Amino acid sequence: MTAIQRPAYGSNISLARRAWAIRRHALRMGQVQGQGYIGQALGIADVLAVAYFHGMDYRPEDPEWEGRDRFLLSIGHYAIALYAALIEAGIIPEEEIATYGMDDSRLPMSGMASYTPGMEITGGSLGHGLGIAVGMAMGLRRKKNPAFVINLMSDGELGEGSTWEAAMSASAQGLSNLICLVDFNDQQADGPSTQVLTAEPVADKWSAFGWHTQRVDGNDIQAVRAAFDAARAHPDPQPRVIVCDTTMCKGVPFLETREITHFVRVEADEWDRALAVLDEGQPQ
Amino acid sequence: MTHASLARKYEPRHAPEGPRAATSAMIASLAAEGYDTVAAPFGQALVDLARRDDRVVGLSADLAKYTDMHILAQAMPDRFHQMGMAEQLLMSAAAGMAREGFLPFATTYAVFASRRAYDFIAMAIAEENLPVKICCALPGLTTGYGPSHQATEDLAIFRGLPNMTLIDPCDAADIQGMVPAMAAHPGPVYARLLRGKVPDVIRRHKPDYRFELGRAQMIREGGDVLVVSTGIMTMRALDAAVRLEAEGIGVAVLHVPTIKPLDRDTILAQAGKGRLLVTAENHTVVGGLGEAVATTLMQAGVTPRFRMIGLPDEFLEAGALPTLHDMYGLSVDRVAETIRGWL
Repeated sequence: MTAIQRPAYGSNISLARRAWAIRRHALRMGQVQGQGYIGQALGIADVLAVAYFHGMDYRPEDPEWEGRDRFLLSIGHYAIALYAALIEAGIIPEEEIATYGMDDSRLPMSGMASYTPGMEITGGSLGHGLGIAVGMAMGLRRKKNPAFVINLMSDGELGEGSTWEAAMSASAQGLSNLICLVDFNDQQADGPSTQVLTAEPVADKWSAFGWHTQRVDGNDIQAVRAAFDAARAHPDPQPRVIVCDTTMCKGVPFLETREITHFVRVEADEWDRALAVLDEGQPQ
Repeated sequence: MTHASLARKYEPRHAPEGPRAATSAMIASLAAEGYDTVAAPFGQALVDLARRDDRVVGLSADLAKYTDMHILAQAMPDRFHQMGMAEQLLMSAAAGMAREGFLPFATTYAVFASRRAYDFIAMAIAEENLPVKICCALPGLTTGYGPSHQATEDLAIFRGLPNMTLIDPCDAADIQGMVPAMAAHPGPVYARLLRGKVPDVIRRHKPDYRFELGRAQMIREGGDVLVVSTGIMTMRALDAAVRLEAEGIGVAVLHVPTIKPLDRDTILAQAGKGRLLVTAENHTVVGGLGEAVATTLMQAGVTPRFRMIGLPDEFLEAGALPTLHDMYGLSVDRVAETIRGWL
């Protein structure tokens, strides 16, 4: 279970550098359209870096390789973040950044399975990913395929009833090949998630549903990496969840401190400034 | 204050004199007098299919017993997944299994699939054109439990969904034939289901009948009326046709078990023969077979006299099924009477 051949295995590129590059790709895509869910992309970049360069097995040249760990983007509007990770992973050419959101692009604003290599499902109708992940985990187990299914969802999706149908089912079936990542940035369309519907204690809810539960600072790469390792290695027959507390717009301080909403406004002249700020902090 | 539509509940009732018609239970089979029946044709056909095809798995949302999926669960327990009373999950998980190369047959009641799980069928299954086979019991008016269980608008809901193939089987022959046909079809399918002891009707009228996906078939000929029917209304139409024949009225019956894609060529070829055209469906007259046929005729410029038999645009009453079929015009008596009145 732990002896996987990750693309980044042996690479001397640090996870911090990968996260920085993911943020950079995402900002460049946002700049193409003058908009995008950049706050979420900057916030989740560290988690994606760990997933794609430490926690998952896949083959960039063959995104449908049967042995791959399946990464499901339940939150379709985070597509800009996943595209950035897929670009960094070598699944999508970097040149396609310039096509983001355009006609005939493989990078539509909301993620869809039929458009983009590496995009496993069509997300966007929230509360769908975890249920599909349950079915895929059932299918993998039936095939005796040791791959994991990793579902990335948002705190807002904790309000969808279907999430808890799936959570119960994963637990009832002991789906130990399922890892759910919850991006807890405490922002949804109408305000802070914890004030809309998703009350604390969130981790206890997952535990009560029978999941192996961890809660980490989602912008602390070492913590996320340790949580991934623990989730993969956990010996008991139960699904695993990592609740990742993240900061919207992480890595671009002048956006971080902005009064953040679900869809952060970035003015036309601010994209270059954001890229410049990011570049100042470029890790090795 | 009592809302006007609720006032009726304060009117006391009295049991009728004589034998009392019982409310049809959900487990009751659909009655068709004088016909042989086949026990659990869906479950048996699914077991046959699963024995031939390793990809086939069955899933149900706590209604295996009431959708004949229990036949598979008993015969091949390792091929059955009980998903619990969670229809959104049922459809999502079926989509996930299809993604992993399996051929999931997912069962529940038609009301729950069409109303509760629609978004999941639309986005997780249909949008990605995955081969999930959704088979749903209690279609249209086949239970006396009232609107919570009567799926009177499921076909209208799913007709608007791209990639979805829709089947409304008439009888055991259709169900036995549709199961392998659904598996052979590469995309998603929604099929209405009859369970329990299912009448074997069409083969009595046309011994060599075989279900073919996407094809409408003439079951009987007749010179005065063409009934274009689907589902159990083909059963009713055939019985009504026999009755009307004795009165000298020739009624042809074109059975359309596949609602989408519609076999337009066959419908147009038969519609152009100068007969009164009557559509008949166990479904609201809004958005079902009747409107699909009307659209086909109008677009082709074929304009026979046209009438529709179907359920009204209402939430239906609870009660005994035979009473309700009489009340809403689906019984053989009412179908014959209605057609007679249009001539």
